[in-house]
Amino acid sequence: MSCGDCHSCGPAPVLPFPASRALPKAVALVGPPNSGKTTLFNRLTGMRQKVANYPGVTVEQHTGIAEMPDGRAIRIIDLPGIYSLQPRSEDEQIAHDVLTGSREDMDRPEAVLLVLDSTNLHRHLMLAAPILSLGIPTLVILNMADDLRNRGGHLDLVALQLQLGSPVALVSARNNQGIGQVWDFLAGAMPKPAPKELPILQDVPKCRQWAGQVGQQANYHPPAPPKWTRRLDAIFLHPVGGPLIFAAVVVLVFQTIFSYSKPLIDGVGWLFEASGDWMSGVVSPPLLRSLIEVVWVKGLGSVMQFLPQVLLLYFFIGLLEDSGYLARAALIADRTMARFGLQGKSFIPLLSAHACAVPAIMATRVIENKRDRLATILVAPFMTCSARLLPYSIIIAAFIPNRPILGNFFSADTAAMLGLYILGFAAAVVTARILKSSILKSSRTPFVLEMPSYRWPTLQSIGLRLLDRTKVFLFRVGSVILLTTAIVFLLCKVPTIDGHAPKIENSLVGTLGRTIEPAIKPLGFNWKVGIGLITAVAQRETLTSTMSSIYGLEESNKVGLREALRSDLTPASAFALLVFFALAMQCLSTLAVVRRETGTWKWPALQFAYMTALAYVGAFVTYHLAR
Amino acid sequence: MQLSVNSGQPDVLPGTLLDLRRGDAAVLDGIDLPSEEARRLMELGFLPGATVTAGLSAPGGDPRVFQVDGSEIALRRETARRLKIRSSRKNKR
Repeated sequence: MSCGDCHSCGPAPVLPFPASRALPKAVALVGPPNSGKTTLFNRLTGMRQKVANYPGVTVEQHTGIAEMPDGRAIRIIDLPGIYSLQPRSEDEQIAHDVLTGSREDMDRPEAVLLVLDSTNLHRHLMLAAPILSLGIPTLVILNMADDLRNRGGHLDLVALQLQLGSPVALVSARNNQGIGQVWDFLAGAMPKPAPKELPILQDVPKCRQWAGQVGQQANYHPPAPPKWTRRLDAIFLHPVGGPLIFAAVVVLVFQTIFSYSKPLIDGVGWLFEASGDWMSGVVSPPLLRSLIEVVWVKGLGSVMQFLPQVLLLYFFIGLLEDSGYLARAALIADRTMARFGLQGKSFIPLLSAHACAVPAIMATRVIENKRDRLATILVAPFMTCSARLLPYSIIIAAFIPNRPILGNFFSADTAAMLGLYILGFAAAVVTARILKSSILKSSRTPFVLEMPSYRWPTLQSIGLRLLDRTKVFLFRVGSVILLTTAIVFLLCKVPTIDGHAPKIENSLVGTLGRTIEPAIKPLGFNWKVGIGLITAVAQRETLTSTMSSIYGLEESNKVGLREALRSDLTPASAFALLVFFALAMQCLSTLAVVRRETGTWKWPALQFAYMTALAYVGAFVTYHLAR
Repeated sequence: MQLSVNSGQPDVLPGTLLDLRRGDAAVLDGIDLPSEEARRLMELGFLPGATVTAGLSAPGGDPRVFQVDGSEIALRRETARRLKIRSSRKNKR
């Protein structure tokens, strides 16, 4: 092994490989949860990632293209984190099927990258036994080498390679150290593993014994306990300080999203107005000009304005998750969640449901207990997702003055927003309570939560996440919202009278709105709100863009949406509208993902009926109380 | 058991993980749970013969974090009660 051309000069010796041969078509990335597998995947594939679902099951499939230093490309499949290959959970079933080549939609991977945490080698090596017994060429990657070194642990890599019969690489994916060994392995001869001996795989104690022996032969000295993690836990899990910090974190996240994000929101709004003005100056036909005004500035612009808030929320969730604090938060939240019939692990999906219910519902996969998981899925859409922010902030801005309550930090409009968050949360916990004491009474599966060491979140990992969310957001804006806004705009223009657009009351939209008006009148809504509600069934954000178009089209109403709402709705009906939005299920994507995750239409149908009924009753009560 | 509070010597104390206070260590004897559930715990390191140390907990003492086989795993009281211990050593604080 010469040192002139290798890509990393880490301390790990790598078995020599003959150079240049055909690359494997697909490589599987396998490892236990918390082994840093995802960090390595991001490191190897960068931005060339694709996330999809395995057909037929709910497990997410991440594939990415890794570019080798010599320019050749290779496909990497990131398998779900697993502790063993015994197919019991869906995750393990997928890993088992992909690795044994029994999935029809996917060829068997030609090589395996097995990622283990080098600071916890004995336990993680237990997964090496079933993986090596598959007979696929495997590179055993001992990740978090920096932690191992810093905390005084060490091992003899040559001896470990001998024991496992496979090449071993010491890597720190987070610091980009030792990655060259992965490329060397993939470009090299990739021999089949020839371990000295393997235990009976079904026997957990035997597997652990084997792992211990292998570790001993390799002279493995586990590192000292993570000093900083212990110190930080003494603070974050302090009986009094812990919950206080927990509350402070939640308040800080919300305060940042709602108050401190204002300059960004205004900036985006200004961009759309300026570009709309510019376009209006370029085109001459009046119809096209009003289309630009309505669809681009009032429609798209008003929705795009809250991209900064969505990204800030994802930024915080990424920060909490990557640093390891989220597991502590789940621990602190567990008892409270248990009181509502949920559990600590429900906290993570329910927190991310504040960004969007769709990824939150997918994140419920961490909950092993099927009934707990279903209950979490069913209540997640009550959480105030970012799509509700837009209607909320516009209605609040129109009806609730920005008056300070507790100095500059807490004002009346923030209080109203907080109230809506609490309303959604309360609806969720009450519903969970009802579900868990009726149709989802659960058998008690043990609650097990692994506490990872605290780590500095990396810019790369959080950046990739934000990029991913931006893509999803732009897609939604570009497809459903743009289309709905344009359709509403056109429906406002027909049927034409003598070649002229009709008055909005007489247009198709007006007729439709007045048809449903009797149904929503008891809630204090007029036909214009009715149109907004109809279009919002597809997606909540469309309420504002639709309403903007409707009001924008009224000749007399050249004022902003805020003023238009203020002159058109009474405060009582505005409050009722807020409550309706807090409780109603108005999101086709969520219904679709619930269908996919539960495997039947029964649950999304129940969810839709329940939430709509609750929203109607809630809005009715609010309207009559506030009047 | 009250005689050996700060001796650091193992003493016979048939009980469960629930009996451990923060900093106490014990040798795990067995898991009184259906085999599938016990297996999940064993994969996380809760194997008979393993040393388990009680760590911090959520407010109110439930769930509690246990250090076992190089990891920190939180268990609820209802689960900790099912993990029988053979002998325990008091925290030497």
